[in-house]
Amino acid sequence: MKNGVKRMIEFNHVTKKYRSQAALNDFSLSLPAGKIIGLVGENGSGKSTALKLISGLISPTKGSVTVDGEVATRRISSKVSYLSELDAYYTFYTVTETVSYYASLYSDFNKSKAEEILDYMKLDRSKKVKDLSKGNRGRLKIAVTLAREVPVILMDEPLSGLDPMVRDSIVKGLLSFMDFEKQTLIITTHEIKEIEPILDTVVLIKDGVLLKMEDVEELRIEQHVSIVEWMKQVYQDGGIDK
Amino acid sequence: MAEDFNASKPIYLQLADRINRQILRKELETGQKLPSVREMAIQSGVNPNTVQRTYSELERMGSVESKRGQGTFVTEDQSVLNQLRQRLKKEQISSFFEDMKEMGFTADEMISGLEEYISDEERGETND
Repeated sequence: MKNGVKRMIEFNHVTKKYRSQAALNDFSLSLPAGKIIGLVGENGSGKSTALKLISGLISPTKGSVTVDGEVATRRISSKVSYLSELDAYYTFYTVTETVSYYASLYSDFNKSKAEEILDYMKLDRSKKVKDLSKGNRGRLKIAVTLAREVPVILMDEPLSGLDPMVRDSIVKGLLSFMDFEKQTLIITTHEIKEIEPILDTVVLIKDGVLLKMEDVEELRIEQHVSIVEWMKQVYQDGGIDK
Repeated sequence: MAEDFNASKPIYLQLADRINRQILRKELETGQKLPSVREMAIQSGVNPNTVQRTYSELERMGSVESKRGQGTFVTEDQSVLNQLRQRLKKEQISSFFEDMKEMGFTADEMISGLEEYISDEERGETND
C-alpha cells in the first residue's frame, strides 16, 4: 500500500522459462488499481508472457503473480478479462452469437454494456465473424473484453495491424466504457503514439527484465519527453534505475 | 477528432490552455457547465485522471468553479476572466519577444514589424 493506492497486480521475483529460455527473468513489479498502464518494449521482450501470467493462462517457473491479493491460477479468470493477440472466437458465429457465447462463459459479463459497445462501434450484429473486416473483428474483440465487470482488463496488442480510424475508435471506446473507479487496464502495444494520451503509467521491459516504470505525465512535466523519447534514453542508459 | 497534443509536454496543462482559450473566445460562456470528466476525456482523447488534474488546475487559476455534486462551471467572476485574458496576452507577447530577440531583432524593429503586419492583415493582404 504505497501512497495509499491499492496495488492490484504484483509480480514477485517471477521467472518464466519456455524450455530452457527465460521469457521473464527475476521480474518484480507492483501495479496500482484504477489506472491505465502501458506495457512496452521490443518484440520478444516478455510483454505477452507477463499478460498471460496475470491472466493465469500460464504459471511462473519461479516466483509468484497475484491479482487483487489472489495467486493467479486458471481460476483468476473470474477477476481478469484477457484480450489475446490472436483471434479467439468461432468464425461461424454471428456478432450476436459471439456476444451470447461470451455471456455464457462469464457470469460477470454485462450483456447490456456489450450491446452499447456494439452500437458505439457500429457493428452489424447479423454478420458472421468470418465476414467482418479485420478492423471490425478488432472492434468485436474489444467489445467482448470490455463488457466483463472484472477488476483487471488485459489487452495484448489491441491496435496491431488496424488502420488509424479503427485505432481511434478503439481508444475512444476504452475511454467510454472502462470503469475507471473500479478497473485497471493493462495494454501492450507498439502503437505508442495512439495510446500515449490515455496512459497513466508506462512500464518498459527488455529481455524479460523490468527496465523502468514511470508516471507518463511526470515524464512530460519533469523530463519534457514523450514515451518514445524516454524509451530511447532508457535503452541507451541500459535502464539502470535511479 | 480533437487536435493532437504535444507528447513531450504535460497534457493536463495543454488541455487547461485549450479550455481557457475556449472561455476567452466565449465558446464556453460564463456560468456554463463543463463536460463531465469522462465526457471531456472522450472528447479530447485523454486519460480521465488527466482531465481531473486539468479541472483542478483551472479551478486553482480561478477560471472555473466546481460545485459539489453538480460539476464544474466557468466562473462568473468577470475580473478573473479579465485577468486570464491579460495573462494569456502577456504570455504570447513574451514568447514572441524572446524569439525575436534571440534572432537579433531590436525593439523598434519588432514594433514596426508588428504594426506593418497588423495593417496588412486588416487590409487582407497577408496570404496565410
